[in-house]
Formats: sequence, structure tokens, C-alpha cells
Amino acid sequence: MKANITGPATRDTDLERSQLEAELAETWKTPSGLWAALATVDHKIIGRRYILTAFVFLALGGILAALMRIQLAQPEARLIGPDRYNQIFTMHGANMMFLFAVPVMEAMAVYLVPLMLGTRNIAFPRLNAFSYWIYLAGGTLLWLSFALDMAPDVGWFAYVPLSGPQYGAGKRADIWAQMITFTELSALAVAVELVVTIFKQRAPGMTLDRIPVFVWAMLVTAFLVIMAMPAIMVASTSLILDRLVGTHFYNPAEGGDVLLWQHLFWFFGHPEVYIIFLPAAGMVSTMIEPFARRPAFGYLALVMALIATGILSFGLWVHHMFVAGLPRLGNSFFTASSMAIAIPAGVQVFCWIATLWDGKPVFATPLLFIIGFIVTFVIGGLTGVMVASVPFDTQVHDTYFVVAHFHYVLIGGAVFPLLGAVHYWFPKITGRMMSETLGKWSFWLIFVGFNLTFFPMHILGLQGMPRRIYTYQPDMPWHGINLFVSLSAIILVAGFLIFFLNAIRSARSGSVADDNPWAAPTLEWATPSPPPSYNFARVPVVSGSHPLWDCSDGLAVANGLRTDRRELVVTSLVAAEPQAREASPRNSIWPLWAAIATTVMLIWSIFSPWAVVWGSIPISITLIGWFWPKSIPEDES
Amino acid sequence: MKERVALDLSKLPLHGMGTASVTWWGTLAFMLIEGTGFALVIAVYFYLMSLAATWPIDAPKPDLLPGTLATLILIASLVPNVLMSRWAEQQDLGKIRIGMVVMSLFGVAPLIVRIFEFPALGVSWDTNAYGSIVWTLLGLHTTHIITDLVDTLVLTTLMFTRHGNNTRRFGDVQDNAMYWNFVVVTWLPIYGCIYWIPRL
Repeated sequence: MKANITGPATRDTDLERSQLEAELAETWKTPSGLWAALATVDHKIIGRRYILTAFVFLALGGILAALMRIQLAQPEARLIGPDRYNQIFTMHGANMMFLFAVPVMEAMAVYLVPLMLGTRNIAFPRLNAFSYWIYLAGGTLLWLSFALDMAPDVGWFAYVPLSGPQYGAGKRADIWAQMITFTELSALAVAVELVVTIFKQRAPGMTLDRIPVFVWAMLVTAFLVIMAMPAIMVASTSLILDRLVGTHFYNPAEGGDVLLWQHLFWFFGHPEVYIIFLPAAGMVSTMIEPFARRPAFGYLALVMALIATGILSFGLWVHHMFVAGLPRLGNSFFTASSMAIAIPAGVQVFCWIATLWDGKPVFATPLLFIIGFIVTFVIGGLTGVMVASVPFDTQVHDTYFVVAHFHYVLIGGAVFPLLGAVHYWFPKITGRMMSETLGKWSFWLIFVGFNLTFFPMHILGLQGMPRRIYTYQPDMPWHGINLFVSLSAIILVAGFLIFFLNAIRSARSGSVADDNPWAAPTLEWATPSPPPSYNFARVPVVSGSHPLWDCSDGLAVANGLRTDRRELVVTSLVAAEPQAREASPRNSIWPLWAAIATTVMLIWSIFSPWAVVWGSIPISITLIGWFWPKSIPEDES
Repeated sequence: MKERVALDLSKLPLHGMGTASVTWWGTLAFMLIEGTGFALVIAVYFYLMSLAATWPIDAPKPDLLPGTLATLILIASLVPNVLMSRWAEQQDLGKIRIGMVVMSLFGVAPLIVRIFEFPALGVSWDTNAYGSIVWTLLGLHTTHIITDLVDTLVLTTLMFTRHGNNTRRFGDVQDNAMYWNFVVVTWLPIYGCIYWIPRL
């Protein structure tokens, strides 16, 4: 074993603050230049890229939504033909779910969780870099195919037999399936990083009951990703096999079954909803504290609600299949479980209301988005309880009622908290405040525009307007409401434009933020805004659940770490007692090479099964290059 | 923000083993992902079986010999594997080197048997859904053996270089051994599905 070559000059203990910061900055830095940017493993840089990319996909998906609303504003419109319309609604759904909603939540966690836990980088930072490149490649694949008029046109859930070899000619369904592989690979990688970061890299003393609720939410979400995403990977892989090498998983003539697809898809697809919602709920529980000026009411109830939701989310998938002709008893069970999940959601809503009730609310933009979220999400939850009932669902299945319901849940339940979170954490990420005036404008336009756009869709659905139609005839009684919906969407778009404008303007010329502009209690606010590459010059020591509210005599910190080695503290799972001064990997270009090799293999395999054989060779080479030890201080033990 | 030093970490080791190691937990998380994948493919097997009038569909029962031989090799490999994990804990480099070479051979052996195992299924992947699922089960597991074999070969080479004598590598050896245990244990239900369910 190598001797511990620690010299006195490399310990933080004896260093003046300025010298300590200089040495840490040298060890942890990402130098300027393209190469360094491609090789960085700093969770903040990667998290920022992830967030920005996800918002670009949000904007692109929003443009598709606007196109659909223009088309549907009047009967017999001729702006978009049926084939292009099929691509557009498929792209809109797939893009929003796989390229925006899930990645943006994980991206926020990639940036925030290590800071909230008081550590210096995420666990497996190179895997983190790899996951971003894979995500970028998957998104690029999907959008390039759209530009080439060969985008998937089979709906975001790509039901067989429509997506199978018999009806899904060309490569459109394969592109959908491989986009799934890219995005799930990146999501799974981030989930593993988050679980290990939360389990093992919490600041000394941050026991399980002192973790911020957002971090709890991300822990539950990461486990949902780990347990649910394999189902969609099994589904998309078997679909590609059916299409490429003639297996018969979904071919009833040879013993296969089309409903198998729906089972596999929704065994993933329903937890997916909670993979998007739970981080948002966690953001709300964390953000509400500084704006209510008191700790969140019912920490234990909030955490237990997150865990209960996570477990129940695996018992709901059949409610997407109520009209598929499954046995009655099964339907009753899934009705019961679908209604039961409203209970933990309700527990959280009551905790948030209690927090505001007992607090002294400060109605800044993030709190407005929280209140908008509670109102909208409750409406979406109520229609959720309605469609959990089989007779009602049979009536509104595949109509605009369902479109209204899931937009209330997903936009109201996840995008509103996310927009609040962007306003809230923007000063930490950029060092500048977002404009409150523009923030309030964007909130009110989005809130009003959203409700005017989506509430009438409930009525359209009850009037029988089906989903996924590219146009409708003038004698249908739908055109008045459709025109109203499309006009209301202009308000919604205006709100989002102001939000983007506010974010871009504020990043360049917003007023400079101090370390903790909201007087918040969690550890990310103990760092400068934006945080330095090493996050914390000295790792905090935690003795309560609100470290920055409990430290009137100064923040307790630890010393004794080396400065010449990227060093962070590994702590025990439950009590967070220090176990090791573990090394955190240095910047490396290998994750990028590995991602490129993986991308080549995955895209090639749309065309030939041999891609898996030959393509795995460069992947292996890049992985060996990635893991081969280098003689650097980080390899010492 | 004003800070006060409350804890001295200078005495901590530079690397933790077992549950104090982040890679140990990472390996566990990847095992959970892959274990879920295996469980789902097995669920698909039973789902398709429940729909079929006869099982196997239009095919003979798979030949027991190669699959059982592979099973015996895999089970036998657990002995050196567990021993090697212990040697890694004791940080005994000489024994680890021998153990890694032995485990590399134990990685190759089942792959040779697998060459005979695919034809022994007596059905092609594109014959019917039964063929598709048994080829997928066997293929998925074979991929795991190949992945772990490549990992073992790289790690074996590493143990003979100047990088070998390092607690960090001993931890890698332990994680690799844990993953091989996983590869063996997950084979048992798959073996039962492919070879014994059709015989019930």
C-alpha cells in the first residue's frame, strides 16, 4: 500500500482562508477552453447544461403544442396534414416526457443535491458527464429525425401493433425506441449517482431525519427510476427485436401478445408520472420554508407521503388499460389503488396549507408558483380520482378530458413548482436575482393562460372530442371551445416568453445576489453565489434539520481534509458519521468518448443487429480508458 | 458566513472498503437495475406461457445437458469467488493475483458451454414467441457473463501492474466478486424457467 504522503502544506487545517480557497480552486478547477469544457466533471457545470438543454426541449415542445393549437383552432384546417400531425403529437409527448420533464428534475437534483448535502461533488461524477452526453445525443436523434420528416408517428407510448413490423414501416418506431434507450440510460445513471450521493456523501451529522425534503423526494424518485425504467427498456428492446430480427413478442399469430406491450409500458409509464411529480413536491416542501418563514409543517408526514406515493405508484398501471378488456376483478383492484394514491398527495397538500397558515407568508414569485401549483394540482388530482373509476373512464377514455387531466397534473403539478424553483435557485446558480416584476407577470399570465387553455378541454372531452385527431368537421359542436382554447394558449405562450426573457436578461444583468437572498435554512445557501468549484471550503457539520437557521454562533464545519487531492467526506448511511476522506475523480475526456461510442452503437443498431457486436468493442475500449488508474493523488488509499 | 471548526477529519482513512465505499453502493444499485430487468423478462416468460395452449410452443423441451453443465460451472465458481473476496479484504496481493486468474477462467468456461446451449434450446428466436423469450433470457444472461468477464480480465491485468497494490483495487476486486455472485444467483431462476418449467 502506498504510504500516506500527506505533507503539512496540503492540509486545510493550517491554511489561511484565502490560501485555502486558492489551493482548493486549483485542485477542483475546470480550466477555460473547449477541451476542458468537454472533460469537466463538476456537477454544477453539468447540472447547468442539463437544465439549459431541458429548457430548450421545453421550448421546442411548446412550439409543437402551439402548432397543434393553430391547427385545431378551426374545423377542416389545412395547415398541417395528418402524417405531419401524427409526428407532431408524438414528438410533443415524447419530447416533454423523456427530454424535458424527467431530465429537468434530475438536472435540478444534479446541481442542488450535493450542495444541499454539504458535499463537494456528486457521486460518480464521470458517470454524470457521460449521462449528459447520452441525453444530448438521444434528444438530438429525435429532433434530427423530425427535421428529416422521419420522426416517430405512433404516439408517445408507441402501442403495438401500430408500432410493430406490420404497420410501422420505415425506421420511425425504431427511432422512438432507441430514443428511449438513450434517455433511460442517462436517467438510470443519474438515479444511481443520486442514491449513492444521498446515502454516502451527506455532511457529518446530517442524519436521515435532517435531510431536506427535496433530497428525500429525489431519493424516492431515484428508486422509482431504478425500478421502473428497466420495464421500458425491456419493452423498447423487444420492440426493436420484433422489428429487426423477427422475434414475435407482440405477434399474436405466433404466440405473442399486443397487450403485453401495454403492461410493460405502463408498468414504467405510471411510476413515470411520479418520477416527474415527486421532485416537484419536494421542491415545494423545501421552498415553502423561507417564504412561510417557518419550518415545513409535518416533516415526517411529508417524507412518509413521498415514500407511500413511490410504493403505490407501482400498483396503478392497469388504470391506463381499463378499456382493454381485462378481467373485472383486476379493474376493481386498480381503481382502489388509483384512488388510494390521492391520500398521500392530500397529506402533502394539507401540510403545505398548514405551513402557510401558521407562517408569515412573503408573496414573492416562487411562492406564487407554489400557490398556483396547489390550486391547479388539486383540480388535476380530482379529475384523476374521477378517471380512476372504470365507468367514467370508459366514457372519457381517449378524449380531451384525459388531455385536460394530465396537463393539469403535469404542468400544474410539476412545471409550476419547477418555474418557482428556477426563480428560487436562480441566484445561487447564476449569482444574480431574477426580476420580481417580470416574475409576477409571467406567473399570472401562465396561471390564467393555463387554466383558460386546459379547463375547457374537460368540456370538449365530455362532448366527445377524441385525442390525436388532426382536424374535425364543422358540424361537430367543438369549434367554439377549440377557438377559445387556442386563443387562450396565446396568453400561456406570452407567460412563458416573459419567463424566458426574464431568465436570459437576469442572467446577464440582474441585480447581484448575496449568498442567501431568501434567508433560507438549507446548506446550498451557505456557499457563495454562484458556488466555487469545490462548493464548500470547509465541509459543514450538521446538528439540526435547518442548519442555517440553527447557527447563530456560526456554521459548524470540519477540517483536516487535504487540498492537493479532490477530497470529500464519506459518511455512514443512517447516522452520517464520517467514515473516510474519499477521493472524487478528476476531469476526464473519457466519458465523452464512451458516450460517442455508445451513440454510434445505438444508432447503428437501428439498422443492423451486428452493431451490438462490433459496436461494443469501441465502447469497451473507452470504458477501459475511463477506469484505468492514473498516478494521481486521487488514486491513493 | 461565519464558521467555527467543530470536527477534525484528518485521522480518517483515504479510502473506505465495503459499505464505506461509494463504488460498493454503486455496484449494488446497478445490480438492482439489472435484477429488475431480469425479473421483468421472467415475468414476460410467464405471461406468454399463460397465453399459450401448449408450452413450449411447437418445439421440443430444451436439452438439459449444456444448461445444467453451465449451472454446475457457475455454482462451482462461487467457491474461488468467495475466497478471493476474502483475500481482497485481507489485502493479500499474491493470493488475489491467483484468484483473479482462476476467476477469469471461470468466466470463460460457461461461455464455451453457452455456444452449445443456444442450439440445445431446439427453437430459433424467430420461430415463435416461445423461441423469442428463451433466446432473450439466455442472451441477456450471456451478456452479463461477457460484461463481467471483460471486467475481470481488465482487473486481472491491473493487479499485475504497479497500480495493483492499492486498497482501492482490493475494493474493486471485492465489488467485482460481488457482481459475479449476482451473475450466478440470477442464473438460477433463469435456468429453472428455461429448462424445468417446460418439464412441469
